Amino acid sequence: MWEKRPVLFLILATVVIMIGTTITMIVPFLSVNTEADRIDSVKPYTPLQQEGRDIYIREGCNNCHTQTVRPLVSEVLRYGEYSKSGEFVYDRPFLWGSKRTGPDLARLGGKYPDAWHYKHMAAPRTMIPGSNMPDYGWLSDNPLDPQMVQRKMEILDFPYNADQISALIDKNEMDAIVAYLQKLGSDIPWRKAAETTIVGEITNPYAGASHADMEGWEKIYKSNCSACHGEHHEGDIGPELIGVNYEDDELFQIIFNGISDGGMPAFGSLGTDKVWKITNFLKYYNEEEGHKE
Amino acid sequence: MDTPQYNTDIVRSFILWSVIWGLVAVLVGVIVSVQMTNPELNFPPYFTFGRLRPIHTNAGIYGWAVGVIFATFYYIVQRLCKIRIWSDKLATFQLWFFNATIIAAAVSLLLGYTTSKEYHELEWPVDIMVVVLWVAFSINIIMTIIKRKEEQMYISLWYMMAAIIGVAILYLVNAAAIPVSLFKSYSLYAGTNDANVQWWFGHNAVAMVLTAPPLAMFYYFLPKSTGVPIYSHKISIISFWSLIFMYLWTGAHHLLWTPVPDWIQTLAMAFSLMLIAPSWGSVINGYLSMKGQWHQMRDNYLVKFLIIGITFYGLQTLQGPMQAIRSFSAFIHYTDWVPAHIHMGTMGWVSMIAFASIYFLVPRIYNKELYSVPLANLHFWLILTGQLIWSISLWIAGVLQAGMWNAINPDGSLTYTFMETMVEMYPYWWARTIGGVIFLTGVLVFIYNLVKTIRSGEKLAPSAVTAEGRA
Repeated sequence: MWEKRPVLFLILATVVIMIGTTITMIVPFLSVNTEADRIDSVKPYTPLQQEGRDIYIREGCNNCHTQTVRPLVSEVLRYGEYSKSGEFVYDRPFLWGSKRTGPDLARLGGKYPDAWHYKHMAAPRTMIPGSNMPDYGWLSDNPLDPQMVQRKMEILDFPYNADQISALIDKNEMDAIVAYLQKLGSDIPWRKAAETTIVGEITNPYAGASHADMEGWEKIYKSNCSACHGEHHEGDIGPELIGVNYEDDELFQIIFNGISDGGMPAFGSLGTDKVWKITNFLKYYNEEEGHKE
Repeated sequence: MDTPQYNTDIVRSFILWSVIWGLVAVLVGVIVSVQMTNPELNFPPYFTFGRLRPIHTNAGIYGWAVGVIFATFYYIVQRLCKIRIWSDKLATFQLWFFNATIIAAAVSLLLGYTTSKEYHELEWPVDIMVVVLWVAFSINIIMTIIKRKEEQMYISLWYMMAAIIGVAILYLVNAAAIPVSLFKSYSLYAGTNDANVQWWFGHNAVAMVLTAPPLAMFYYFLPKSTGVPIYSHKISIISFWSLIFMYLWTGAHHLLWTPVPDWIQTLAMAFSLMLIAPSWGSVINGYLSMKGQWHQMRDNYLVKFLIIGITFYGLQTLQGPMQAIRSFSAFIHYTDWVPAHIHMGTMGWVSMIAFASIYFLVPRIYNKELYSVPLANLHFWLILTGQLIWSISLWIAGVLQAGMWNAINPDGSLTYTFMETMVEMYPYWWARTIGGVIFLTGVLVFIYNLVKTIRSGEKLAPSAVTAEGRA
């Protein structure tokens, strides 16, 4: 009968389409982003951060970067604490993405100092050899439009003050996007919680390693440390590392857990073995003279 | 067959424009593919990967696929209803408004006006244009069906009507936004809700644009090409209703392991697996319709396109549900496996059926013999080879990268840094570009063949007109 009556057919098809739609798309509004999801420490974006977010959208960063850490072992190790619904309540639109040509960015905030981001955005391959990210240094040439940002804050109903708006005059698009990246995933205090407390005595398994042994460890330093501390430990974004005088176990712990206040990432996910190799390479290896005393 | 009361001009125009936008989509696809391996080929601010990739997908979906849908539906609806389309003027308006919309879409995306939502990147003014376009199309098709002179509505009409309603609901709900300026808006939904609405849209756009309409074409052009009817009407009925019922539950399989509530994910997973049945209903119906006609795979190039197309639909609808299983998704999601899956659908299924439909239509509406069947065969092999190289290389890449992402040392640390896994992708990305270039060559051969047919083809012999599909 429906095969001969188009209006009836259209009604039937609409009803059939609306069943799954209602249950999986409409009903969730009753429970998602409600009080149950709320996390008190999660705050709306500041004017500068929100503008940075809109630049992130404009440049299509979400085509290559995701923003959601799944509760999977390798993922939590690589990126940090898995993502919670309550962390996204101010996100219009959501930016979880669908493809990781580059790494996930959900926990990027606070991982590196601002200087790292400025340098990396301008020339990704100088920091990360092999990266295929386009250069975004040109963002520094574009000023912000404070009136427009204010309008956005009004529409989003986010708190702001006049100083925050007037401060935008001196800022450019690069400042905005870095401010946004530094906010990502940092509203919950996961980084401190994720730090590893090492109990018992820490002994250097490579104590007394030869110069020849350590030569091979240079590439671990090069791929993880030299972007900030310089090819020859001379320092750049991070401090100079020539003549570090920490105890072995102190240095090991700094590299393993990072310095969350100072913007140094944790390298614990490399594993204790590689962290010990970096520790020994830093402390005992000397390019010119061979083995340090 | 081509009785004068049918409007063929509109079919003709939509074919030409859809082919042009299709060429743009493939061309931009090759460009962004090269940008993946050669980042120095990004030219900011307009010609970066981040801005060009949405142009590739939008040109493919809204220019090529939707353009072919407009062309074929206008052809099919007139024949199945035995009446001229309801309004010629509305159709002509729709044609030019279609091109205006696609151009507005391309320019606005190039300028960085985007909502960021995949396959729904267009900002609100262009969104409104899309809605107007779809309303104009829907009214014309539905009114033609209502005024039809053939009582029974054939299978193709069901899929057409479902697509018309489905796209309307999906697009409107997902478009809801608060404008800030002419070029910027904020989604009406936030965070997890926004994600859930977006992938309800995203996955069902695949259902209502890239599944139902090509099925409408398949169910019409296969019997027309082979000369024998569809094997089972009953299978068509069951697969149609179960397809449009089950699809809408599955959007969250794009969001497995995210903060979207578990029960939505589980429902999505279950319904994705169940979707194998209606999908394969159509595949099997297609295969069984070839009973006693398999020799046509050799003799009739149209059948070759159609049957290989439905075969890729079958493979796509097995691989899709597999990816929708939580454990497999945990492994493979976010890698290059996923674009490989999508491109099997778009290059292997949708485009195959679209090419077949256009090959069927052009000789008939221009009343000319196809310029070269050998060139059509060359086109077939180029797009098939191109697509296989494209997809297979990235399936391998996806499994490789997923394995490296998940590799864990005995002490519980990660074996590879992200960059160590990423640099392994380069050879596969190069292979993908080669596949894309081969596919592009196939499209150029197709266009050459069409132009030659239109310009210099021989008049179709009257006998060939009656034996539909044997041209």
